[in-house]
Amino acid sequence: MFRVELRKLLLRPRTYVMCALLAGLPTIVAIFLKVSGIGPRAGAGPPFLSQVLNNGALFPVAALALILPVFLPIAVSVIAGDAIAGEASSGTLRYLLMRPVGRTKLLFVKLAIVTVFVFLAVIVVAGVGYVVGSTFFGIKPLPSVSGRTIAAQDATWRTFVTVVYIAVSMLGVASVGLFFSTVTDSSLGAALGALAALVTSQVLDLLVAAESVRPYLPTHYWLAFVDLFRYPVLWRNVVRGFAIQGLYVGIFLGLAWANFATKDIES
Amino acid sequence: MTPVIRTIGLTKRFGPVSAVDDVNLEVHQGDVFGFLGPNGSGKTTTLRMVLGLVFATSGSIELLGASVPKHVNRVLPRVGALVEGPGFYPHLSARRNLALLDATGPGGARRSRQARIGEALERVGLARVARRPFKAFSTGMQQRLGLAAALLRPHDLLVLDEPTNGLDPRGMHDIRSLLGELSAEGTTIVLSSHLLGEVETICTRAAIVHRGRLLAQDRVERLLAPTGTVRITTDDPGAALRVLGESAGSHVLERERDCVTVRLNGTTPQELNRRLVVGGVAVGELVVERPKLEDVFLRLTERGGADVPR
Repeated sequence: MFRVELRKLLLRPRTYVMCALLAGLPTIVAIFLKVSGIGPRAGAGPPFLSQVLNNGALFPVAALALILPVFLPIAVSVIAGDAIAGEASSGTLRYLLMRPVGRTKLLFVKLAIVTVFVFLAVIVVAGVGYVVGSTFFGIKPLPSVSGRTIAAQDATWRTFVTVVYIAVSMLGVASVGLFFSTVTDSSLGAALGALAALVTSQVLDLLVAAESVRPYLPTHYWLAFVDLFRYPVLWRNVVRGFAIQGLYVGIFLGLAWANFATKDIES
Repeated sequence: MTPVIRTIGLTKRFGPVSAVDDVNLEVHQGDVFGFLGPNGSGKTTTLRMVLGLVFATSGSIELLGASVPKHVNRVLPRVGALVEGPGFYPHLSARRNLALLDATGPGGARRSRQARIGEALERVGLARVARRPFKAFSTGMQQRLGLAAALLRPHDLLVLDEPTNGLDPRGMHDIRSLLGELSAEGTTIVLSSHLLGEVETICTRAAIVHRGRLLAQDRVERLLAPTGTVRITTDDPGAALRVLGESAGSHVLERERDCVTVRLNGTTPQELNRRLVVGGVAVGELVVERPKLEDVFLRLTERGGADVPR
């Protein structure tokens, strides 16, 4: 079942178009930085971008930071929103269920496929970021946010954990999208539902009046991966970020299951 | 012998509307079962409940001996289905679509996959266009591909919801002879349709539904049992009337220029013919009248419609 769904993902041109678009934005930014030679002031703009001019080794992480707040969650919402609703609107859902594929199993496999897509996208962006960064800006040993230099192999695992962290950060949005996908037969509607949830979270995260709920928002710890580049690593918020995503996956996958397992399939 | 499908008191309500109302359906092994009803009469909802897609409000369903929806996944591998039109991924070719479908769920050995796909496409007459994407198919071709999907594996039961929808006369004929072949191979077939002619020509048993209610369910020849009237064609209707008037057991309903319609009333068509010939009447034709399914259908749906408040 997983293999079939994976093949479906890889057979869709959409998957590659999205990856290309996601990798395209950081590349455009890199070109501007290179041509103008003007970086953002330190502390302004996405993390690490101000230092990229000096060291291309930071560009993969900066590229991920660029797509993290908007581009990546949009892509994830579209894929997750399409997961069940897309099958419903193309009329294939009923044939899947009559194969038969268990409804619970279908949900889990769909979430797994969204996760695969997220990893694919994040790795493509990090990879393209590395190539672009090293070509345009050259590679030097990384200075950590705390000032001490990070050794090359140390940087490798930190980048690796960053990739995992950012991918996992998308799972909350993915489960919200999957839940909406079981509610409606319109992929677009489900994707917009997930995006609405996302925007709400980001707005509340900026609102001082919502102080009390901020630590529980799915987007609150998204940028905590910066802490992975401190010396020593500050794990506290990273661990919380993982935990919050686990919480949202639990809640929305549960809701999706409760809805889908008892739903009349009339598409 | 356990029936292939049995529903008892099957009911589905959507809010205040009863889409399916207390339906007791019974499909036996080897049947070519026609499920007849106008559009919106509850045929598709009933089939969806039987296949575990829609949950019944009340009543019970047994499919190949398993209770639905609880154990439906145990028997679904033995069922091929086409419900409310085909469903495929538009950007993929016919062959690729069938391969993905076959790889999904239990069964469907990988080694025989390409051969089975080839055979199914051959059977529905799509072998030569198998590499084209689904979205490039005409309605009729899409419908054929839906049938091919239902034929990918050998099944004990085929559930086909309006299988000839969108087909031209040639296609309809092809599909009907295909269903004949499958039935001869031992597959039980349930076929929903609003085309009476279709059911009349290929089905052995039929059920008639209207506004969610089951109005009749029987062997097709029993539904089409003689009406008890006989039409006699002769050059001399006057003589025929005289002979019939002298003997009991029948009375004349209608007289036309060269034919007489008689209601049998305690006599047989054979006896009637003998009397006429002995009485010197030259009988050109003596036809036992049978209703067309259309008549049965209209009669039942008019009656069924009257006591259902809307």
